[in-house]
Amino acid sequence: MNILDLINAMPGVFAQGLIWGITAIGIYITYRILDFADLTVDGSLCTGGAVCIMMMLSGYNVFISMLAATGAGMLTGLATGLFHTFMGIDPILSGILSQLALWSVNLMIMGKANQAISVDKYSLLVSLRYIKDVPVYKNTILVVAVCVVLLVLILYWFFGTEFGCAIRATGCNGDMARAQGINTNFTKVVALMISNGLVGLSGALLAQYQGFSDVNMGRGAIVIGLAAVIIGEAVFGKIFRNFGLKLIGVALGSIIYYIVIQIVIWLGAPTNSLKLFTAVIVAIFLAIPYWKEKYFTKPAVKKGGGGHA
Amino acid sequence: MLEIRNVTKIFNPGTVNEKLALDNFSLTLEAGDFVTVIGGNGAGKSTMMNAIAGVWSVDAGQIIIDGEDVTKLSEHKRAKYLGRVFQDPMTGTAADMGIEENLALAKRRGRGRFLRSGITQKEREEYRELLKILGLGLEERLTSKVGLLSGGQRQALTLLMATLQKPKLLLLDEHTAALDPKTAAKVLETTEYIVNKDNLTTLMITHNMKDAIAHGNRLIMLMDGKIILDIRGEEKKRLTVEDLLHKFEAASGEEFANDKAILG
Repeated sequence: MNILDLINAMPGVFAQGLIWGITAIGIYITYRILDFADLTVDGSLCTGGAVCIMMMLSGYNVFISMLAATGAGMLTGLATGLFHTFMGIDPILSGILSQLALWSVNLMIMGKANQAISVDKYSLLVSLRYIKDVPVYKNTILVVAVCVVLLVLILYWFFGTEFGCAIRATGCNGDMARAQGINTNFTKVVALMISNGLVGLSGALLAQYQGFSDVNMGRGAIVIGLAAVIIGEAVFGKIFRNFGLKLIGVALGSIIYYIVIQIVIWLGAPTNSLKLFTAVIVAIFLAIPYWKEKYFTKPAVKKGGGGHA
Repeated sequence: MLEIRNVTKIFNPGTVNEKLALDNFSLTLEAGDFVTVIGGNGAGKSTMMNAIAGVWSVDAGQIIIDGEDVTKLSEHKRAKYLGRVFQDPMTGTAADMGIEENLALAKRRGRGRFLRSGITQKEREEYRELLKILGLGLEERLTSKVGLLSGGQRQALTLLMATLQKPKLLLLDEHTAALDPKTAAKVLETTEYIVNKDNLTTLMITHNMKDAIAHGNRLIMLMDGKIILDIRGEEKKRLTVEDLLHKFEAASGEEFANDKAILG
């Protein structure tokens, strides 16, 4: 239990947390803005990683590969969106169906369960090896941080546009959105595509970072992402009111999550128990608003004349 | 302006809960008509509204708005013709969005939504002026979240949103029912003002007979998915609650059993 071990691990933790932060931002879009618990994420994260690694192994440039990974992620969102809107399947089940299907799709993309890529032979954008002793512009933390800021700026602009507002209205009140002439099926599908596109991009970065894509790499991604969203809101909710800052808060929440996990590992917790730990933490955080309402609110005062109108 | 032709709607067909909500229902509104709609629970008032708005498809018949057959159009496509205010103040607005953002969403009803700015500076000024009509001080709170407003404020805002783009038809579905009497009167007054100002064709459901008599140029009463009373013109102007009760008894063969509607 040498504190130096923990401190030495921190830069890597930051990088990993930021990369997952992009997934968390994707989840924020579905879970918070669209009000759609989208479980596609567990599959689409790996899809992004798999597409990126396989394209790079076939000689494509890293940026083209990452763009393709984003596109592949968007297609997974399209699938979930169509399950829900065109086939009338409930949101959770739509995501589970995509997730299950993607298991096979990901194996098909990779040809086997795991595909490694060597940082020495390919020019990766991010890597475990680019944390220390590299020129600043190559430093993974900086590269991912710039990615996050750019993405947040784009999303900030997008959700202020007419179409972005239509997506927000859809998530907030579907009846109202339709009454205002918004095709809520279309907005839902587009939001799911944007969200999973981000998750795919995050998977592409993660696969490069760890030097391989693995069919299991997305397992529990939705819960980790939710943890980041919840931590980000709990810690920064009071100070970050602006939409762009909220997204930054979510990415920071992801970093905090990985710091906590690292501390738990450092304290000697068996790594096998980490997912259990995460699930319990997320469950408790999700329960807090419910408990607050149930046990800590005074009986609501009835308004006005109650039906005499 | 509106023509409902022989529309039938059956809920839960083939089950014990089968309900004939609209029974070969027909109604025609001329441009500028302000029709008030009354009737007991389950008479088909809201079903009629939802049929016009396209919340679901009807089993038979046609709905024509300003000469266009909209029977097969989905809800969001019909929205360009319709302004709607709902009974539940929560339904008509997006609580997590600002007052100005809600208005901007309504401003774009019936237009394409692309990657232009969701709200412009010019619009903000316009909304500030417009909100003054309501006399609720909302013009000073443009960026406040609508979720922070009271039910009456939300209904007044919804009314403004429904009429921001002049609708071919304004649908008011018991839009004052959830409000306290004072607020309800205020919202109704605003309704009257806006409808007159823009000369809107309006269909207003109410469970208050006095309101139904005091407003509009025509009154219809529904029962079992049919129109059982249709009073307009001079006769409507002279109408009293007592007359209405007698007419109801004569038309339906039973006594009017809803105290709330009588006492208002």
